[in-house]
Amino acid sequence: MEAPAIKSEAEPAVSRLGWLKPLFRNRKASVGALIFAMYVLMALLGPLLFHQDPDAFLGMPHQPPSWAHPFGTTGQGQDVLVETILGARVSLSVGLVTGASVMVIGAVVGMTAGYFGGWIDGGLSLVTNVFLIMPGLPLAVVLAAYLPAGPATITLVLVLTGWAWNARVLRAQVLSLREKDFVAAAIVSGEGSARIIFREILPNMTSLLMSGFISATVYAIGAQVGLEFLGLGDVSVVTWGTNLYWASNNAALLTGAWWTVVPTGASIALVGFALVLMNFALDEITNPRLEADRARIELAKKHGFEAGFSTPVVRRHG
Amino acid sequence: MRYLLKHLGLYMMAAWASLTLNFLLPRMMPGDPASAMFGRFKGQLQPEALLALREAFGFTNEPVLTQYVKYVSHMLRGDLGVSVAYFPAKVTTVIGTGLMWTLFLTGFAVVLSFVLGTLLGVYAAWRRGGYLDSILPPTLVLLGAFPYFWLAMIGLYFLGFVLDWFPLRHAYDDALAPGLSLPFIGSVLEHLALPATVIVVATLGGWMLGMRNTMIGVLSEDYITMAQAKGLSQRRIMFSYAARNALLPNVTGFGMALGFVLSGSLLTEIVFSYPGQGYLLVQAVRNQDYPLMQGLFLTITLAVLGANWLVDIIYVWLDPRTRGR
Repeated sequence: MEAPAIKSEAEPAVSRLGWLKPLFRNRKASVGALIFAMYVLMALLGPLLFHQDPDAFLGMPHQPPSWAHPFGTTGQGQDVLVETILGARVSLSVGLVTGASVMVIGAVVGMTAGYFGGWIDGGLSLVTNVFLIMPGLPLAVVLAAYLPAGPATITLVLVLTGWAWNARVLRAQVLSLREKDFVAAAIVSGEGSARIIFREILPNMTSLLMSGFISATVYAIGAQVGLEFLGLGDVSVVTWGTNLYWASNNAALLTGAWWTVVPTGASIALVGFALVLMNFALDEITNPRLEADRARIELAKKHGFEAGFSTPVVRRHG
Repeated sequence: MRYLLKHLGLYMMAAWASLTLNFLLPRMMPGDPASAMFGRFKGQLQPEALLALREAFGFTNEPVLTQYVKYVSHMLRGDLGVSVAYFPAKVTTVIGTGLMWTLFLTGFAVVLSFVLGTLLGVYAAWRRGGYLDSILPPTLVLLGAFPYFWLAMIGLYFLGFVLDWFPLRHAYDDALAPGLSLPFIGSVLEHLALPATVIVVATLGGWMLGMRNTMIGVLSEDYITMAQAKGLSQRRIMFSYAARNALLPNVTGFGMALGFVLSGSLLTEIVFSYPGQGYLLVQAVRNQDYPLMQGLFLTITLAVLGANWLVDIIYVWLDPRTRGR
């Protein structure tokens, strides 16, 4: 832990990715990754499979599922299956781009504040807390209403309203890491601030950055759908949010056309669930206390004991 | 006391920031939205009245600083301008019609969900690996992954439209006159049930998991083992020793999550045509009613700040350590 730089240079590249191994052994992580990969594949290949114009009027409006249209048709006679698959592309891109930007901004702000302390920390923390406490949706609505409608605006607005949480979490982590001996050693040995932040502190926060990225993506997908449902997106672009906007505009549910709403909602939930599963798995792998607790309960169950009430801090083998 | 004052300072900053944001946004954005905004009044207002409105909003040819001072003084007097969609009603009047309903619905649902989720979290952590602990968290997480308003749509369809158990829209029966009569209160509760249930179901998982995880941490503390050794009753250890301490980070999380939960419940209101702030928000978006949008943003922000202040007071009451400093 003291010198990750030297270690990684000495060992082959395979062991560098060695921390990924438990991810594949973890059941939650595998299921989550599988669902997510399926949707990414769908988003990538969807436009190749369906050459037709997604806006084309293919059948009668609000037709229930049938052989010609497995998921039925929308209030404008479009195929719901095609709309759902095509919607994945923009919705997932906006989610992932927002997630990545939120992680980077959060990391830069949080680490700067945590590492330098003093008035820099005071100023940055104040801005972070102010953004954190403002309700996201109304702020996003006000921002999006003034900008030209479209996925780029939605991404920008979501990054602006969503970066603060990550910054706060990472700042707290940097504050505690900064007091560790290996950072003191690096300062004494004359390393520059940038090198200490990026080569000493950053590698110790990989799991936090990952989980920050995942939760920001979940937030972004949900918030994007919400904004577009309100009518703040470009309603001519096919996304999961505009699908629901049109369903609501065409009074789909009050005419009984549940099939226009279910596939999109289920997709959003499945992607969100898959990402949350990966986040849980990450937490389990990197939090030894949860791991030890689970192992102990399994051990107790195997021998027919009832699990006790307190959490063990130390786990003994055997 | 210092704890409360420090936080009050933060809330004042946030209130000032949202006020300033409201001032800056129409001036910073491309395409001169201010003109577009006033353009929407054309034909509805006399030119002189339009000029007066421009001055009230500070959109004059004066230096920006003078405009800002004028704007802030108008806001502080509670003058948020005139709504486009509900012309000629003032923004404050329009918002006033929906504020009670939002506070009622969201307040009720959020408090219920937090209390229920926390209790479930306490039991799940106490009986780890048990029935409650293995079934409920994944189910609730799956439900929490759905957007609130989508759950609302499904609930509206099955429980309202197909089964006809719940009313489909609005906050009370139109045929009844609002008042403190028994049928009216019954009708309000009937209309509240479905939207509130949706919000509770969507948010329960978060509170439960948060409580469960901090409980597990607290249960490993020495004072729990000590309490066990003293032979205190399990109930007492569970609530007075473990839960009370585990509650603290959860209460902080509660304050932080309020804005997020409120955003979800605004969208839920839209699905149920519940006449609160969410419904007004969608009206404002559809009509490009910028004054109403900005007014809503300001009111909702102030409501969230107020709620956070309440949470802080509860926190101080729960944690004696914050009182000394």
